[in-house]
Amino acid sequence: MTAGPAHQAAADGATVDLAIVGAGPAGMAAAIRAAELGLAVVVFDDQPAPGGQIYRNVAHPPPLPRHVLGPDYHAGAALVARFLASGAAYRPSSLVWHMAEGSLSHTGPDGGGTLAARRILLATGAMERPFPVPGWTLPGVMTAGAAQIMLKTSATVADDAVFAGSGPLLYLVVAQYLRAGIRIRALLDTTPRGARRRALSRLGSAWSGRTTLAKGLGLLAEIRRAGVTVHRHVTDLAAVGADRLDAVTWRSGTVRHRLDCRTLFLHQGIVPNVNAAMAVGCRHGWDEGQLCWRPALDAAGRSSVAGVMVAGDGGGIAGAVAAALSGEIAAIAAASDLGRIDDATRDRLIAPLESRRRRDMAVRPFLETLYRPADAYRIPSQDETLVCRCEEVDRGTLAEIVRRGCPGPNQIKAFSRCGMGPCQGRLCGHTVTELFADLTGRSPDAVGHYRIRMPIKPVTLGDIAGP
Amino acid sequence: MSHAAFAIVGGGLVGAGIGYGLAKAGHDVLLLDEGDVAFRAARGNFGNVWVQGKGLNSPTYADLSRGAALGWRDFAAELEDLSGVPLHFSQNGAFYVCLSAAELDRRADALLAAEAASRIPSGVERVDRSAIAAVIPEIGETVAGATFCPLDGMVDPLRLLRALLSGYQRFGGRVQAGARIARIDGDGRGFVLQGAAGTVATADRVVLAAGLGNAALAPQLGLTAPVRPVRGQVFVTEKLRPFMSCGIHFIRQTADGGVICGESSEEAGFDEATTRPVLRDSAAKITAVLPLLRHVRVVRAWGALRVMSPDGLPVYQRSATHPGAYLASVHSGVTLLPFHAGPFAAALAGDWLAPDLAAAFSPERFHV
Amino acid sequence: MFRSLTEPTGRLVTVSLDGRSVELPEGDNLAVALLRAGHGPFRTTPVKAAPRMPYCMMGVCFECLAEIDGVPNRQTCQERVVPGQSIRRQDGARSTGSAVPPAPAARGTP
Repeated sequence: MTAGPAHQAAADGATVDLAIVGAGPAGMAAAIRAAELGLAVVVFDDQPAPGGQIYRNVAHPPPLPRHVLGPDYHAGAALVARFLASGAAYRPSSLVWHMAEGSLSHTGPDGGGTLAARRILLATGAMERPFPVPGWTLPGVMTAGAAQIMLKTSATVADDAVFAGSGPLLYLVVAQYLRAGIRIRALLDTTPRGARRRALSRLGSAWSGRTTLAKGLGLLAEIRRAGVTVHRHVTDLAAVGADRLDAVTWRSGTVRHRLDCRTLFLHQGIVPNVNAAMAVGCRHGWDEGQLCWRPALDAAGRSSVAGVMVAGDGGGIAGAVAAALSGEIAAIAAASDLGRIDDATRDRLIAPLESRRRRDMAVRPFLETLYRPADAYRIPSQDETLVCRCEEVDRGTLAEIVRRGCPGPNQIKAFSRCGMGPCQGRLCGHTVTELFADLTGRSPDAVGHYRIRMPIKPVTLGDIAGP
Repeated sequence: MSHAAFAIVGGGLVGAGIGYGLAKAGHDVLLLDEGDVAFRAARGNFGNVWVQGKGLNSPTYADLSRGAALGWRDFAAELEDLSGVPLHFSQNGAFYVCLSAAELDRRADALLAAEAASRIPSGVERVDRSAIAAVIPEIGETVAGATFCPLDGMVDPLRLLRALLSGYQRFGGRVQAGARIARIDGDGRGFVLQGAAGTVATADRVVLAAGLGNAALAPQLGLTAPVRPVRGQVFVTEKLRPFMSCGIHFIRQTADGGVICGESSEEAGFDEATTRPVLRDSAAKITAVLPLLRHVRVVRAWGALRVMSPDGLPVYQRSATHPGAYLASVHSGVTLLPFHAGPFAAALAGDWLAPDLAAAFSPERFHV
Repeated sequence: MFRSLTEPTGRLVTVSLDGRSVELPEGDNLAVALLRAGHGPFRTTPVKAAPRMPYCMMGVCFECLAEIDGVPNRQTCQERVVPGQSIRRQDGARSTGSAVPPAPAARGTP
């Protein structure tokens, strides 16, 4: 078996049992478990090293003191090590661009090709929610996630940056900056008034929520202790500048503020990265709690498309711990579906994972309420605000099309080119659905989403034509 | 629930074009548009205004296409003025390229031979590779030659639909979005159009222009729509600086810079998916014809469903059993648009098509 | 503006940035290395010629595009620094390297 599954999977044109897209916590955990169960596994990932965004570069982090990025990050190193030793074939810097009828086409440093997969597991993770405020396309405006990626990959920081938005990742990155001794200009917190009170009423019996709440409050306390200027209940946030960011402006209550700065990091939570699942045709629904699209999945992660499964944050935001558990569960279910283990074994293996996942996720409704991004930052109200960064389509253009009578996002796309650029709707899809729903008084579910097409990411005609 | 003199079922290029013509002539029109994810040919459309090779066995169809193409420039100007939407229409001719001398011989002979049968000349000619290279220097070495027709042109089909609807509304036409019609009853005095949730509208006259949807609706009104979906898989690339001033039959650069390309034809039912083998073959042919596209990225690919009749020609019909019910099933919604918005709309409001057209495009031709 | 908190982990290698030589750490994330080198804007957009710089750093936004080794529209946040690499700013839509020839209308439109 030494030249077993992994070796076979590496050969192009071969059939694998399980092809996994994404090497974050869900993809890695799934690969480890599937390989243990004897499945031939191949993992494709667009990053050069495993870990996903949460554990990005964790096997070879820059030489920063460990407390800067913190124990939750460094915990990923063990998972990465187990993954690399699992026997699953691993294709870094590789792009899966087409999936259909049990086959999967990819490009990468070794060329690319098409292989048959008995099961496909999408573990494509999350991305930051779009933050369509005036000026968000200016050079100098980035996401807080981007700030953290720069820290993780290259120990690179910006001095005197302004952080703005809401959500645990925002506070975490600010705290990481402070631990590294970086000066921060200000934290502009856009969490609406009353969010904490509303959230506490949903805490219920979720004991683990208290730990999470304590962590969040701890981060905020850490930020305050460091003397960072924090503005709360920030409204009318805008980035200002001609050819690059010069300042950020906002309102607190009735007072208008302006702060000169060269770097602004925005963040208002994360949403599932659903393009791959949508492109392959998985049915999705709008999650009112998380304010995002998520694929319809059964408890093991099977989607509405036969043979295609989804695990991790790509199936709904649940965090790294639950993501890894869902990856394991999906791998076991895949092994069972392929007849490699009997039902009793499957149920025995899944039960403890399922109960751990349930415990871990009990806090989610609380977190979703606490960190629910304000309507005004999800649904732009100023006509000049760009919704589609690629095709540079503003809110006013979209509103006009809707006003003239338009059945939904696909007509918007066809008439305005919104969502037709290289990001393939990733940075505008949620905004368009919510804006349309808001303008027409319909629910996001009734409005729907763009029909996402292949390729899952842009690839050249030469890649498609093959050698 | 609304009432109209004319209800048009289908808000694509065909329905909107007919509606535009009727509304412009002062008629009271209601356009019933299906939901957001309708099988909309306009969204999968290349945007070719295309004449060459059409109607090789039907001079009537050849002349219909040529007449429409000749009317396109004025129609585009009128619509742009009215809507303010730039259509990016151009009529610089286009090449149908052939990769082998044998294919070129066959095609050129057939086209030139058919030319005599038509009333309107198309100006089609056979050109060799160097003539293509004079216009498109990047043309691949493996291209043998092409047929070139100066009547062929292009337009942005998405902006076109937007402009049509906008112009239609300016003429007082009404649109009801998200109105999928499942059943139509005629009681001799008018028509009742019903969706899943009940009656959507009533109308004195009704026009079926629902593309593939016509197949299910037509029998309810004594009409026939022998159309089936034929899938074509299409790519759109990232934006490039302008490098093509005229089109190749399956590759054209849009005004936005992207290249829309693809050549395939499959019977795949209502499946709009893309398949790896077809994408591979299509990409191979595209990059053989224009090798510089090898390094250009595809942003979207999809399976567009064409509305195909058994002989590929339009089907136009007036119901004998349900006076006031009409049908248009067409796959050349772009090319024939000036006809639909002009003579065809007039025929609906008047005394139907001229006998030669009525006969050539009646579905009865399939029963002889 | 952007700076590293640590010594470069890779050896410094020479790359060409818009034709001038710059030293960047080998193997570093290219977008990050360019930001630290003060490079900007990375490109202007094809639609309105607006200047753009990296936004998401995880490969979803396509803002950090540049021409790398002659190939336009590459995501610098997904690339690493390689010795001898050539990076160029992009203005508008990518070029195919050919001028637009005149339209063939002169052939005689009826």
